[in-house]
Amino acid sequence: MMKLNRNQQLAAAALSVCTLLPLAALPGCTSSEASSTPSGGITPQQFADGVHAVMMADRTVYATHVVTNLQKQDAPVKAFEYWEDTENSIPLPAQMFRMGAELVDENPEAGFTYALRSKWPLNEQHQAKTELEQTALDYLSDNPGENFYGEEELGDQKYFVAVYPDRAVAEACWSCHNEHPNRGDDYPEFGKDDVMGGVLVRVPL
Amino acid sequence: MSIQIRSIWNAFRQSPHAPKWLTWAAINLSIAVYFGFGLVAPASISSTAWLPGETTHGHYQIELDCNACHDPGRSADGPSGSDVMQDACIRCHGEQLDLAKDTHPAKKFRDPTNAERLAVLDAQNCLSCHQEHVPEQTLTMGLTMPADYCWHCHQEVADSRPSHRDMAYDSCATAGCHNYHDNRALYEKYLDDHHGQPDHLELASLPRRSTAASLSGVFRPDRPLGIDEADHPPAEAVDQRVLDDWATTAHALAGVNCTHCHGGKDDSQWSETVAMESCQRCHADQVASFQTGKHGMRLAVGMPAMTPDQARLPMHAGQAHAKLDCNACHPGHRFDTQFAAAEACLQCHADDHSLAYRDSSHATLWQDELAGSGAVGSGVSCATCHLPRIDGETGIWVNHDQNASLRPNETMARQVCTHCHGLEYSLSALADPRSITSCFGDAPTERIESVQMAHQWFEQRRAKREARLQKP
Repeated sequence: MMKLNRNQQLAAAALSVCTLLPLAALPGCTSSEASSTPSGGITPQQFADGVHAVMMADRTVYATHVVTNLQKQDAPVKAFEYWEDTENSIPLPAQMFRMGAELVDENPEAGFTYALRSKWPLNEQHQAKTELEQTALDYLSDNPGENFYGEEELGDQKYFVAVYPDRAVAEACWSCHNEHPNRGDDYPEFGKDDVMGGVLVRVPL
Repeated sequence: MSIQIRSIWNAFRQSPHAPKWLTWAAINLSIAVYFGFGLVAPASISSTAWLPGETTHGHYQIELDCNACHDPGRSADGPSGSDVMQDACIRCHGEQLDLAKDTHPAKKFRDPTNAERLAVLDAQNCLSCHQEHVPEQTLTMGLTMPADYCWHCHQEVADSRPSHRDMAYDSCATAGCHNYHDNRALYEKYLDDHHGQPDHLELASLPRRSTAASLSGVFRPDRPLGIDEADHPPAEAVDQRVLDDWATTAHALAGVNCTHCHGGKDDSQWSETVAMESCQRCHADQVASFQTGKHGMRLAVGMPAMTPDQARLPMHAGQAHAKLDCNACHPGHRFDTQFAAAEACLQCHADDHSLAYRDSSHATLWQDELAGSGAVGSGVSCATCHLPRIDGETGIWVNHDQNASLRPNETMARQVCTHCHGLEYSLSALADPRSITSCFGDAPTERIESVQMAHQWFEQRRAKREARLQKP
């Protein structure tokens, strides 16, 4: 089993508590069962799966219940790429996601990084940056519904890399992507639940 | 022991070389004292001996306070031989970079996939591009890196931006195109949004200051005070002219009495002079920003105020020893903001740009406003451009860091010029050295292309999208 550093263990413990506490309230689940942690800690894959679940839940809620809801209500406030300089604008779901990743980047205690990647990036910063990332995106395309796990070495540091399919969860996602001026000639016409790219979690080993 | 020392001393005195040895010892001792004092003494001329080379124009004002940059004890992370100066950079410039929406913050490079790039160019360390005390390799904006640094990461830019093909590698950061840190006036959507503007806007006017709303601290404007209500201690002889001046100011109008600035009503609490900290109680943003510019940065590190004789720009000799504190531009007791906006600057500054101001069309507009023939906000003083009016959370206030809109000067385009001019005209003027020297008395001779290029880029994108939508 790969070992996690102290910060990753703390993050994993916090995540476990957040995940398991609600279970403790369910009938048939005693508090001692819910709060207990697996002996020997968790694997980097379990850690990555956990943080991915949290970040995707947050973004899905934002895309569905904020952005799409504003659209449906024909509200004056809209999600817009240039929101910082435009009145009545809020960040796009992808931007909200990236800003969260940047805040994690600012936190030296976080112990991991995450990012969006795509074979058809509307933002050049989201294209695959390593061979493993390219392999992962190809794998997600060829194996719908599956995650990709691997390891790579960058700058004398070994990393566990998990890449999860990034699906179009709300109409706001695919309609905006399909109509985006930055789309290339080979850009697919996305629809509900299509894999538009990957969510990458990288954990130093 | 004392007998031994005495015998050595006697032998030394009888030596024919004693005077030479004494001289040698005295010289060495003097050198040691000179350098030793410079090392431990507070910021002063004695520290000059330790300067390893000429300091940049942005830091020379505080160069004798070595610890402003080199004190490891001030690092938030504790003493560190490797990053102490990086920490000092962030202390003074971190907030400025945040406000400028820094397009290359250190956090951007924390993604591990940047490891190879960082090995070539460590973009997380300020000193990679901004070394100090190396005048022979220092370019504008304190850049000590060859000007083609963008190429290391953006060499394939022409793949996504065909318009950039065949452009010189060192031309990216020339005026009107890109900056490494501050691109608020240069990013493509902003350029496109301002495409097609006329050189001179029909509605050319500065935003009005909301001084009262932007005041800080606990003091809030009170009822107006009359001259008879001045609360200076009775024993203090106050010139009637001082009282008359005060009674005409916004201070009296807002209920700011003598003791608010000069201390208590008791003689022992009264002070003839007013410290900057007193001004700061109500004008916190103004004083804080004053201390981040070249005028006030010495005060920020606890050094005596800047004086024009220390400036590297040409100054009028008569003002050589004028102290640059709040009163330098806002002399009591009138605190005349109109005087502070132009005449205060011109009483010291004697460079070509400043000397050309009085003959410029900007100055004519300012004189018209002062005379009442021009609308309020239509005049252009020195302060109009160099002390921009910032739309803050509590209202529009005047940024007193006169260098903030010059780091680099495209910052001025967005904060100032575009109140009256089109963006393309503004960027072109700021990119034209001749136009700058003449204080913008001459229109720019060449037009920068970035606004047009950005517009064409968006037009192409729009055309492609429409063509795609029309396909069956």
